[in-house]
Order: sequence, then structure tokens, then C-alpha cells
Amino acid sequence: MSSTLFDKVWDTHVVRKIKGGPDVFFIDRHLIHEVTSPVAFLGLKARGVKVMEPQRTFATADHNTPTINQHLPVKNPLSANQLKALEENSKEHGILHWGLGHKSNGIVHVVGPENGITLPGATIVCGDSHTSTHGAFGAIAFGIGTSEVEMVLSTQCIMQPKPKKMRINVEGSLGLGVTPKDVALYIISQLSTSGATGYFVEYAGTVFEEMSMEGRMTVCNLSIEMGARGGMIAPDDKTYEYIKGRRFTPKGEDWDKAMEYWKTLKTDEDAVFDKEYTYKTSDIEPMITYGTNPGMGMGISNAIPTSDTVQEGKATYEKSLNYMGYNQGDAMLGKKIDFVFVGSCTNGRIEDFRAFASIVKGRKKADHVTAWLVPGSHIVEAKIKEEGLLDIINEAGFVLRQPGCSACLAMNDDKIPAGKYSVSTSNRNFEGRQGPGSRTLLASPLVAAAAAITGKVTDPREFLN
Amino acid sequence: MAYDKFNILQSSAYPLPIENVDTDQIIPARFLKATERKGFGDNLFRDWRYNADGSLKEDFPLNDSKYSGKILVGGRNFGSGSSREHAAWAVYDFGFRCVISSFFADIFKNNCLNIGVLPVQVSETFAKEIFAAIEEDPKTEIKVDLDNQTVTLIATGNSEPFDINSYKKENMLNGYDDIDYLQNIKSEIQEFVKTRPF
Repeated sequence: MSSTLFDKVWDTHVVRKIKGGPDVFFIDRHLIHEVTSPVAFLGLKARGVKVMEPQRTFATADHNTPTINQHLPVKNPLSANQLKALEENSKEHGILHWGLGHKSNGIVHVVGPENGITLPGATIVCGDSHTSTHGAFGAIAFGIGTSEVEMVLSTQCIMQPKPKKMRINVEGSLGLGVTPKDVALYIISQLSTSGATGYFVEYAGTVFEEMSMEGRMTVCNLSIEMGARGGMIAPDDKTYEYIKGRRFTPKGEDWDKAMEYWKTLKTDEDAVFDKEYTYKTSDIEPMITYGTNPGMGMGISNAIPTSDTVQEGKATYEKSLNYMGYNQGDAMLGKKIDFVFVGSCTNGRIEDFRAFASIVKGRKKADHVTAWLVPGSHIVEAKIKEEGLLDIINEAGFVLRQPGCSACLAMNDDKIPAGKYSVSTSNRNFEGRQGPGSRTLLASPLVAAAAAITGKVTDPREFLN
Repeated sequence: MAYDKFNILQSSAYPLPIENVDTDQIIPARFLKATERKGFGDNLFRDWRYNADGSLKEDFPLNDSKYSGKILVGGRNFGSGSSREHAAWAVYDFGFRCVISSFFADIFKNNCLNIGVLPVQVSETFAKEIFAAIEEDPKTEIKVDLDNQTVTLIATGNSEPFDINSYKKENMLNGYDDIDYLQNIKSEIQEFVKTRPF
């Protein structure tokens, strides 16, 4: 019988099927961070259980870490306590731990691929919804709750009903100024934040074939924002080239054996999906969001839709625009902004900083704009320096901070003040997401760079011609 | 940990007729700094419930004394966003044992089931009927019968069936959790591990 890429990976990880219930689903690699793991470890303790396969779990501190002066003790006692708990729990159970300041430390979904923890055909979970990022390598990767973190720690399995299957095809090449982030925001604007709930997505078509691994990670990262548990892309030569030689990638004979398996990881031609959508890149321009969920996005040169053309009810839609301080029918171009945030597991990789630098090079940051540039990891930070990007961004009036999740969710001190507008390369524009009362406009690193220079929402193509 | 058994819950309810209620509203990230599972109910819907100075927002349903009960009725696509189980903990800790909506986000729904909060998905029409009934009489009661998989508006007798997989249903009826199940089949899992290439 023909099957999809998703079927092939899922089915080989089912330990046991329960009638009328979920599958007992085996997890190859498990990532943990300081926020969603402490209660899981308390659970283990209460049950008197040890971690079953500690070498399959990897710990990094990211959500709650400062992005300046990381060499100093963490000031907030609660944050410091979480970081200490992660370190101590990892030590007690023999889990590899990359704490604050460690050279391999960074955002969990950035360091996973960097270190070859992320592999094709693997199952990967983490107590974080953007675990979907790792699907870029042909892995089944998704976010889980803390109860499930405890399940993985204690038995390397979780209980999951198999999701339905969706394929999203995007045909064509990316236009000028259009990035993988725009492709993802476009798809979410078409499907809404619940359009893929209950499904696992496979992305297919020329745009994804042509995309770099980092671009694929950005797209898969945002799968959760359309409600999907995860999204994946079939592995190809780019995938193998990316993972080869990394720290936890199989080597020698193991590599050859793994390659034999990885080459089978593609959807059979006559395989059937429960739902399928097809889009064209010619319809996609640089995107920006105007509301309070990632589905409220539009081409940057468009006007904010009126309530009679949207999926939300009128009251919900008006509440959202009211929060943003915008009116139906407004143009987004020219709207004044106050902050720019470049970073996160969505757009905190080296290609994102290259894109940002390509626009700010030889220009100056707008005086009234506060910009936070936060690399996804120390490895990204080092590359920014190596490639001379740091000089470019410094000359343009920007400074680089230290790695972490930062203003994406504003758990640390990096909070956008109430009422202020932030053009952000992150993944969520929910009310208060970047700090109480903050207003977020999600966009690509190119759009963020253009806004940082002009101080208002600007079409990056103006700088690229 | 095993949790309270759930069979029949009859209670009045709090209405929250807003769509796409995301987990950052249910519990903002800045309240996720604890290393233990306690006290999250105080910060449930923090920024909708409280003004910046810490005073209560009088017009928010959870602050309105005319409402009460162990059931929260939310708008469509309830719980979208983050995987933070803290959102489900906050709902539980506030005193809710059941959330009713016409559509749930996946991870939130799963998290609720894992801690003994029953997510009940009803039709759009029935959701509207429930909201209308609460608006008319804030003390109106709703009966959620897990064993029979029905949700009923007591005042009108109108009822609708709801879905839950039989494994999760059994767990909730008995207060079992998944970890107990997985621990019991650990040797089978250990055999499976040997077949994994990496």
C-alpha cells in the first residue's frame, strides 16, 4: 500500500496500538528547557522513577535567560531557580546540559539541528510548540505538555492518536524580497490559526525544494500557528549535506545505514492525504500581520481587511484591531513603529542575520527605533562575527545581544512596553505576547530591517532594487 | 500523577464568548517561572482580569460575581498557541473541571485530558445556545455526563453528544493517567528500543 512520508515515519515508531485510543509512540530524541521540565522531574521523583534513556534527552536553557551580561548571576530569583533546577535535574539523571554561557547553548530549536540532534526519520518532541521546526529534516517533531515530558523521561514514549494528513503545495520560486517567513505567513493567512488543527502537514512543491534548510526550518516552525501539530519536508541532498559531520549525526557505517533508510523517506506518488491545498508563489509578497493572531496577516502593500471579509466573528475581529489601535481599511505601509526584534526559533539563524544586514548595510537605524537583535545560539553569534556582519550592523547603529528566546515571549527582561509597536521576526502576535500591552507586527528579517531604518512599516523591496 | 475521577458534573458556568483565546491570554509567559505546579489559578487570564495596577477589571466575566461554577465556556478555537501545560493547570487551579467550546486547539485539549480537565467540543449552534442561556440566567446549570458522553442544558433539556476516545474516557472515569499505563508496559518498550537505528 502506498503511504506518505508522515505515515512512514509514524508507523515505524508505534510500540503498541490501543483500540479506540492513542498509539504508544516512541520518541527518538527529546529536547528540554527550563520552563516546561521542572514539574516533570518532580513527577519522576514522586514516583521514584529514573530517566529511562538519558542519552536521548538534551537540555538547554533558553526561555528565561537574559540576553545581556550572561556572565553575571541571573537577577530574577525565580528565573535563576528554574535555570538551577534544569542544571540539577540534568546532572542527577545523566542528561547532557547546555546551561547559560555554554558554547553550545542557545534556543532549543536552533541548537538541535546545529548539533545533529535533529535527523531525518526521527521522532522529536519538546515541551514547546515550535518543536515543529525540526520537521524541516523529514522528522516528525511536535510540542508536548509537561505531563508528556514526564512520560518521555520515564518511558521514552507518549500516548498519541495519529493525526490526519494534510499536504500543502506551493509552486514557483520566491520573488524579490519574499522569504520563507512570508510563505509561511501567507499560508497561515489563508488557512487561519485553526485551519490545520488535527492534521500533520507535509510541505511540497518547488518553493520548498529550492529553499535552504534554514528556510525550511522557518516554515516548519510556523506549522503550529495554523493549528497543525507539526509540518515536515522530505529529506534531500541539502538535508544530508546539512547534517553530515555534526556532533550527534551518525558516523561511518552508521551513516551509510541511516542513508539507506533516509532515502526511502518520501511520499509515494499515489498516496492520499485527508486534505490538500495548493498555492502559487506569484501570489505571495512580503507579509506583515496587523492583528492579534498569526492568521491576521496580509501582503505588505494591502489594506487591513474589513470585518465582513474575515473568518473571525465581528466582535472578536474588532476587539483585535482595537487592541492594535488600527482601523479596518488602513494601509500598513507607513505606520510608525517603535521596536524591532530580530531573533527567535523562527528567524534567529545566520541566514536571517545575513538578510537583515543586507538591508541595513551602509544605512542608519531610525533614531526613535529600539532594536533588539538576538542570535538563536552562540554558534549563530560566532558566525555573525566571523562573517563580518557584526561590523555592518554596528556601523548602522545596532548592537547584538546574547542568545535566547528573548522578546519572542518576553519571559525575561526583554519586554516591549505597553502600547508600543514592535516589528518582530518571531512567531506570535498575541495580545501581550512581547510584554503586557505590547503590539506585535510579525514579519520577515527583511521587513524588520526596512522598518528599523525608516521607523515605519516599509516594503523591503524599496531597498533591494 | 493520578487525578480526580470525572463522571457527572452539573454546574453553572462562566462564559467567555471570544474566539481564538490563546494560551498567552490563559496564562502569560511571565507567570511561567515556577518550578512547582501551584498557584497558577491566580494568574489565569491575568491581563484580561487585572489592570496594570493589579486592580480587577470589573467587566471581565471571571470577576463578575453573577457567574460561578466549575465549567468554562469559551469561544471557537480555544487554547491555540503554546504547548504550556501551565494553561491547563491555571484553568484547573481556578476551579474548572470542564471547558466547553465549539473547537479546541490540539495541544491544549491534550494537556487538559492529561490533568483531568474535560474538554467538551459542541456544535457551533449548541455553543451559541449555551452562551444565550448563561446570558439569560447566569446561574443556569449545565450537566456534563462523561459516561454517556452528553452535555445538557438543564433549563431547556436540550442535549448534545460529544466525542472522546474510549481510552481517555476510561482514564478520566477512573482517574488513571498515561504514565501509569506506560510504566506497566515498560519491558515492551525496552524491547522496542533495541530496534531503533539511532
